[in-house]
Formats: sequence, structure tokens, C-alpha cells
Amino acid sequence: MKVHEYQAKDIMRKYALAVPNGRVVTDAASAKVAAKELGCPCVVKAQIHAGGRGKGRFKEDPELGGVKLARTEEEAEDLAKRMLGKTLVTAQTGEAGKVVGRVYIEQAQNIARELYLGMVIDRERSKIVVMASTEGGMEIEKVAASTPEKILKEWVDPGTGLMAYQANKLVFGLGLKEDEAKEARSLMLGLYNMFIKEDASLLEVNPLVVTKAGKVLALDAKLNFDDNAAYRHKDRDALRDLTEEDPLEVEASKYGFNYVKVHGGSVGCMVNGAGLAMATMDIIKLFGGAPANFLDVGGAADSKVVENAFKVLVDDPEVKAVLINIFGGIVRCDLVANGIVEGLKHIGKIKVPVIVRLRGTNAEEGLKILRSSSLKFTVAEDFGEAAKKAVELAKKGGA
Amino acid sequence: MAILFDKDSKVAVQNITGHVGTFNTQRMLDYGTKVVAGVVPGKGGMVHLGLPVFDTVEEAARRRGANTSLIFVPAPFAADSIMEAADAGMKLIVCITEGIPTLDMVRAYDFVKKRGSTLIGPNSPGIISPGIGKAGIMPTEIHKPGKIGVISRSGTLTYEGVFQLTTSGLGQTTAIGLGGDPIIGTRHVDALRLFNDDKATKGVVMIGEIGGTDEEVAARFIEEEMKKPVVAFIAGRTAPKGKRMGHAGAIIAGSHGTALEKMEVLRSAGAHIVESPAEIGSTMKKALRKK
Repeated sequence: MKVHEYQAKDIMRKYALAVPNGRVVTDAASAKVAAKELGCPCVVKAQIHAGGRGKGRFKEDPELGGVKLARTEEEAEDLAKRMLGKTLVTAQTGEAGKVVGRVYIEQAQNIARELYLGMVIDRERSKIVVMASTEGGMEIEKVAASTPEKILKEWVDPGTGLMAYQANKLVFGLGLKEDEAKEARSLMLGLYNMFIKEDASLLEVNPLVVTKAGKVLALDAKLNFDDNAAYRHKDRDALRDLTEEDPLEVEASKYGFNYVKVHGGSVGCMVNGAGLAMATMDIIKLFGGAPANFLDVGGAADSKVVENAFKVLVDDPEVKAVLINIFGGIVRCDLVANGIVEGLKHIGKIKVPVIVRLRGTNAEEGLKILRSSSLKFTVAEDFGEAAKKAVELAKKGGA
Repeated sequence: MAILFDKDSKVAVQNITGHVGTFNTQRMLDYGTKVVAGVVPGKGGMVHLGLPVFDTVEEAARRRGANTSLIFVPAPFAADSIMEAADAGMKLIVCITEGIPTLDMVRAYDFVKKRGSTLIGPNSPGIISPGIGKAGIMPTEIHKPGKIGVISRSGTLTYEGVFQLTTSGLGQTTAIGLGGDPIIGTRHVDALRLFNDDKATKGVVMIGEIGGTDEEVAARFIEEEMKKPVVAFIAGRTAPKGKRMGHAGAIIAGSHGTALEKMEVLRSAGAHIVESPAEIGSTMKKALRKK
């Protein structure tokens, strides 16, 4: 789960970590009030779940980027007006861009140095790695590709946590001295503590700045949480911004199955298991079609889950054919078939062709259930054949 | 022959009395697996499915000689169960549980490594050595004793690969579901190394997916040390960037971890890449003939 910059900074404040003062607003008049209270100059920052905002441009206003300095309250108000409700396109949003629903007004800083600090779980070593670089404000992936020696790394022993000596190695490696070094070290240790307590999966402070007055501050903050640990953080749902998510995906998550919409595709897929679901999308593409979604009904799918999954598929106007590919193991094929039949009752007539391939546990029983229902469908024996048929029928339906 | 799970494997099932534990333990017994005990804290002394239940894994090891643990414990407590099994000296720990918090697994992984146990999973369908037994939830009837090792990060896609090997007459020595999480105990390269040394295994099917760098690490091993043909499929060519595709580990971060990148690295390391997941079995047949 991703959160906005202003939410990440709110959490950092709870841990008494150094961030500039700021306020989030949703209308231009409040932006003016906030700017007055915080004092000018201030920075107006578009809040979207994607990086590269400063270099990004608004579709409606190609001169305007997503992070702008305002010298006066009026300028802050004007900038907020030009950003709110408009679509910001950055290197990370894709061409469609993202609509800005909130802007963050923050006290401007006199910056002496821009640094980078990141924490992430290194899968190769199965440890948290803390990364620091003198190349703040840049895309860290570009730094890693061109000058990897400029990224300092410390891997954390999970038994001990991040040690002060490790923070020292990073801080002094960045060339910080005296009070600045002390502040940066305690910020680093504090951020690590927050990372653990909040079950984060990624934290990036880019840039981490040293001000001309010698203060060390997190000027930006990107924070992702581990969804698996959500049960330990009951208040987290309130941080979720549904406008950042695809409405069909939000619906799917309510029903408890995994769904990712792929825009522009025409073959809807319902599969059990994430790997098989991805492979089903791949084989559709291989046969010249385009998958409309990833949908994994999961290992514990009951007929209610299947019913809702089926509804989400046929509700998608882009879907011209539906491919159901179930390899029964724990999930029994007859159960899946029952779910589809129940779904049918609520949907009524299905307008698109349905191709079914059932294998494994109770596959025959499943097909029998489907045959005795009102569902018109095509049966496929193997994986390749199923995909081929689905692609053909989707093309016919689209024409 | 088989790897990791063989005729000497004696299984203790952690949380045997739960719904999933009960159902799958029965199927393991039906398949002829040596299940020797169950473990449920607070239920020691009970008998379940004809098996003695103990409060701790240590007791199951001491009293019944268990050397392999299979874990069906709910996610909030599963990391603890993994550590308990390692501390009790289990040689092999198989964790089926899905949804364990990643930071819990960072700790458990480190713990298991220091104790010298082998962990499979979490979020894995388990391991099966056809004809010998299984510690997992996979349907047994699609398997057949044979000569191909199977490694996969996915569940049902493993079944698909296994099924194709069975219908093409090749069968399997051992099939392992590595698990779909970002932190897993056994990775492609670890299993490849074991299959490489296993005399009965004549070839290996490796099914990877987007995210992480495990396939790239495996490619290095294939290029430098692998003596047997490897047939590889990577799921997720059509996956959009930055989206979690069901598995917590299946996510393309930045420009890394894409399927095409992984296929290319494996191809140049000498693996036989299947573009179509429906051609896993037939490609292995051809690869064996070439050799």
C-alpha cells in the first residue's frame, strides 16, 4: 500500500523525526490560508502516488510542474488553483497521468546540500538495506546504473537492528560533519525504527537536505507498507486514497480476490493461482490477443468469491470474451462451476463468449454443472487450445 | 531418488487440527507419506487422524523422530512456528502459510539459516517426491515418478508443468513450489544445485515469474555448473509495471525484474526457454533428445 507524501510526513512527525512544517489542502482558498500561517516563501506540492512530480507537467497547463515555489500567499493560492483537479503526467504515471486531488503547502528551505536516503527489503540477501547517496534529488535508479559507487549501502542484521556504527558509516560517507552528522545519524536511526514499527516495505527520502542553517530535514518522503502486515495496523485503512486506485480493483479487493486491470485488453481471464493467472495472460498475448486483466481467485476460493469475480469480469466493458482457466488442487472445479452458475443468476444474460478449461480436482463434475446451466460456453481441453479459442472469439466480438 | 524429501523424511504437521491441516494431512497419509506427529500448542496428548499430537515440535522430534516440519499455522504466528521448527533441529521445514508479514520473514529467514535447516516457502504448495511422499497441498494424481525435477515460484502453474511432464511420459523426481513471497527459504539456484547432483534427475523444469533477481542468479549457475538441460518459463510478460500480481513477490520495480529480461538472461545461459506455457512438457522431451 502506498501513501501520499503528506501522510508519510505525518507519520514521521509522530516519531519526532525532522520534517518541514506543512499542511495539506483540497481547495485554493485554504491554500492561501495555509501559506499565510506557514509563512512565505512556501512550496506547493501536488499529492499523487507517483514520483517525478517536479519534472512532471500538467496536461491542461504544460508550463506547470507538480512542485512549485510560491513567494506570496496569492501565488500559493494561484498555484493550488492551477493544480487541483488537473492531470499531472510524470515519468512514473504513464501517459494517462493522475488527477491531483490535494496539494501540500510546505515551508520553503534554504538548501545547502541535497542527499538521498532509502530503506528497502533486499530480496537477494533477505535483509533490510539502508542506502545513502550524495546524489540527492536525482532518480536513484539512474545513479545506480551510471555511478553505483556513489550509493553507500549497509545491510541490517535482523537480530540487532540498524546499529549506530552503521549509521555512522553512512553519515560520514556522505561527508557530513559535527552537528549535521549527529542530526543525520539520529534521523537515520529514527527512520529505521519507524520502518520496523510501521511494517514498511519501502522508504525513500529524496532529497534529504542540509539547510544553510545546518539543519538536516526530510524534504520529501515516499513510504510504502507491507500489505501482509495490515492486520497489525488497524488504522491504516483511513490512509488509503481510493481515487488513486482503479475502481474495478477496489471492488475486487472488497470481495477478496486479486485483480489487476490491464487497459486496452479484450480477453477477460479468471484463473486460480497467481502464476497460472500471469501465464494465462502471457499465452493470450502469444496467440495475438490482449488480456484485459489479471484475476486470481486464490487458493481458498469459495463459490461466493468466484461469483463476484465472474461479475467483475463481465462488468468490464472492454471484455469481449472470457477465459476461465482452473487447475483444481485445493480449489475444486465443481465449486468454481457452482460459483459461475450462481453469478449467472444475478447477471442474467452474458453478452460475451465464455471459454472454459477445467483440469485437476473434480474437473468432470465442474463441466457437468456448467453444461446443465443456462450458460453457453466453449470447452477447451488444454491450455494452448483454450487461449487460442478465447483470442479468436474476442476478435469476432470486437469486430 | 529424490531431493530434500525422500524415504527417510518423517513429517510433523504444525497446526494439524485446523481445517486445512486436517484435510491435507489425510491426503498425505493416503499417498503413503510418513507423517509421524502433529503439533498444536495446548493440544498435546490428543490423537488426531490416528497421529499423536504434541505441544511443541521439539517433543515431536524427540518422541517420534520427526525430521521434517509442515506448517499450516495462520500468518500472524507462522514465522514463530518456522523458528520453532528450526530450533527443534528439523532438517526440512515446509511453510504453506500465505500472507506472513515480510519483516517477520526477514527475522525467520536469518534464524533458520543460522540453525542450518532448509526452509521451503512460505506461501508455497510444498514439495512432492512422486512415489515416496509429499509435504504439501498439491493434488497427487497429476504426478508420476520419473526423471525430471520441477522448481517453481507458483502453485497451480507448477501443477500445469507437472501435468505436462506426466502426460508426456517423463514424470518427476521431485517437484518443489518455492513460494510467491519476496523472502523465501529455498530459491531456484538452491534447488538447481541439488537436482544437478541428483543421479535420478535427467533434466529440470524451472518456472519463474516477474520480480526479484532469483532467476538471474539461477542463470549464472546454469551457465557455470549445470550439467543437465533446463527448460524455463517465466510468467508475467504481460504484467504492468509496479502492480503486485497476486504474489507479494511478483512485482516489477523500476526497470528490473521483467519477464523478458529474465528470459534473455536464462536463454544466454543455455536454458531452453518456452514462450508458451503449454509447451513445457514437449520442450523438455526435445531437450532430452538433443543431449
